[in-house]
Amino acid sequence: MNKTSLIFKHEFWHTTRRVGFIILTLSLPVLVLLGIGIFHIVSGITKPPAEVTRIGYVDQAGGFAQFTTQGNITLVQFDTPEAATQALIQKNIKEYFVIPPDFISTGIIKRYTMQKEMVLPATTKTAITNFLSSNLLAEKVSPSVIARIETPLNLVTTTLNATGAVAAKQGGPADLIIPGIFGLLLALSLISSSTYVLQGLGEEKKSRLMEILLSSVSTRQLISGKVLGIGVAGLAQVVIWVISIPLLLSLASSSIGGFLSTIQIPPNLLVLGVAYFILGYLIFAVLAAGVAAISTTVQEGQGIAGIFTLFAVAPFWFYSLIFAFPNSPVWIVFSIFPFSAPVLVMLRLGMLGVPVWQLIASIVVMVLSIVGGMLLVAKLLRAYLLMYGKRPGLRVIVRSLRSG
Amino acid sequence: MPAVEVSHIVKSYANKVVVNDLSFSVDQGEIFGLIGPNGAGKTTTIRMMMDIVKPDSGEVTILSEKLTEASKNKLGYLPEERGLYRKLTTIDSIIYLASLKGLDRHSAEEKADELLTQTGMLPHKRKRIEELSRGMKQIIQFIVTIIHNPELVILDEPFAGLDPVNTELVKGMFADLRNRGKAVILSTHQMNEVEELCDRILMIDHGRSVLYGKLAEIKSRYRSNSVLLEFEGKLGEVSGVREKRPHQGYVELVLDGNTTPGQVLERLVSAGIVINRFEVATPSLNEIFLMVAGKNHE
Repeated sequence: MNKTSLIFKHEFWHTTRRVGFIILTLSLPVLVLLGIGIFHIVSGITKPPAEVTRIGYVDQAGGFAQFTTQGNITLVQFDTPEAATQALIQKNIKEYFVIPPDFISTGIIKRYTMQKEMVLPATTKTAITNFLSSNLLAEKVSPSVIARIETPLNLVTTTLNATGAVAAKQGGPADLIIPGIFGLLLALSLISSSTYVLQGLGEEKKSRLMEILLSSVSTRQLISGKVLGIGVAGLAQVVIWVISIPLLLSLASSSIGGFLSTIQIPPNLLVLGVAYFILGYLIFAVLAAGVAAISTTVQEGQGIAGIFTLFAVAPFWFYSLIFAFPNSPVWIVFSIFPFSAPVLVMLRLGMLGVPVWQLIASIVVMVLSIVGGMLLVAKLLRAYLLMYGKRPGLRVIVRSLRSG
Repeated sequence: MPAVEVSHIVKSYANKVVVNDLSFSVDQGEIFGLIGPNGAGKTTTIRMMMDIVKPDSGEVTILSEKLTEASKNKLGYLPEERGLYRKLTTIDSIIYLASLKGLDRHSAEEKADELLTQTGMLPHKRKRIEELSRGMKQIIQFIVTIIHNPELVILDEPFAGLDPVNTELVKGMFADLRNRGKAVILSTHQMNEVEELCDRILMIDHGRSVLYGKLAEIKSRYRSNSVLLEFEGKLGEVSGVREKRPHQGYVELVLDGNTTPGQVLERLVSAGIVINRFEVATPSLNEIFLMVAGKNHE
């Protein structure tokens, strides 16, 4: 086994056994399962009782005797308001209402309840409304027309593209949520993986292992083995998430339903998610290696690297602006800027999509940045990896990069 | 075939010449001392030998070839600034670092067991490195340095942090390496250790060679023309002795330029002096070190 492979294997196992790595990897599936569980617990507690609610009414206008079953609500007729009040006191009914003789001309319904409430419950209002309209229209129009009057609108919207064909993206909250989750996970994974590179090199520098390692391997072998080993561990993390998201989504939509059942993960998001993770990781890993070379402590290195990792999370600060103006030139520039591209492209993909030329431009810039960064970082590593307790100044670093 | 051949190497950092036209060679089966004051350029010289730092000019050949990734496996290096993975166990640390020297897992574990037993560290095999004392870590680092049976071993300040028991243990292992025909380069400030262990030395100062050769020859070169004498009875005038310097329990006889120690011994015996100790006075390496380093720093 060559030495790069040995370092790769060591770093991979070392990273995947870290408690922080395991917690982060399992956090997504565990949090989603927890969310589903909490939904069921909460919905079980707050679910309206299955038993029938009895609501009384006094028909002083006449003609309101049919359609007394409205969902779980049964309407019970009383001859007088006094009789209805007695039934309410004895808790035989939950509440009652009176249809006055001039209802047709005024529309006034008098409602009596013993409960203090801010607003009329929607189920009660719907039941009373449907009861009144059904009785008013009975024998004048067909039951299907009555049903249509009660629920006039089942709106189905289809988004068309410029050619008039059905657009691939139909919008809605699902289009924002999945790229948002992907972007967030990508940012977390990029930051944690590159931090592992920084910590690994920083600890080897701090514990004075570097010179022992360099007596066995070259700087190139050390860095490539380390970056690849930690990178593959990070990729494994992303792949676990990519595999688990559709499974968890299917579980969530079958048990919760609602708009979750409308969520579909576009295959290009998965492919681009993995591609942007690899490129983004390499960008941040190269940066982390360079920072580790010039830093005296791991903490100092994390402080310096933190400035750059801000670019990875910055798109979330401007999420609403990106949503409001998805085609702003500012976002286009930052979609090509290598430190912000991975997460920003993920977010924009969910909104209006990202034109192919921008995807190509951002990928090309990232690849060039990785290659150029590696060449520069190799110089820094050779110059400063064995320098302990003293951080070179910016001028000295620039001179080292120039002289090689 | 020399184990190391260093030829006219030069290294500068920020316009400061750290190693200046240095040349020396180290033979197989010898312990070679690389000594010099702080900042003399010893560590930079070693790093150039290990190909960790590239010389600006000059050449280094190790075992008759330029150092390559493959030939690094024939070298064992214990740097001055050294450490281990704190969270790994002793055996995992040894196996990983040995694997980087070309040993497979099985051979590494077998050899590690042997060396751990030899150094009395076997009970600590499964402990994490952070649980070991500083001296124990030093022993593990020394095991890592030699586990792959290197042809050339370079040790930078190997006795730092070792207690007298472990120092003797490590010295015994050095001697064993030499007896097995390995070349050992020992860089240290501890002159008594160099004097005890080394066959030849190179003293550098300001990046230049100031003393180079067999230890015995160098000591002879710096020998003062005097003898140390412990005796019984009364010491009168001795022909050829220019000055008598009394010390606690013995006297130093400074000879004139025409008299040898052998002639003085003959004269003392014929004068009936009871001699308990007669020793040609040679300066310690420490004195030579101070003499040479001091002269260069004046």
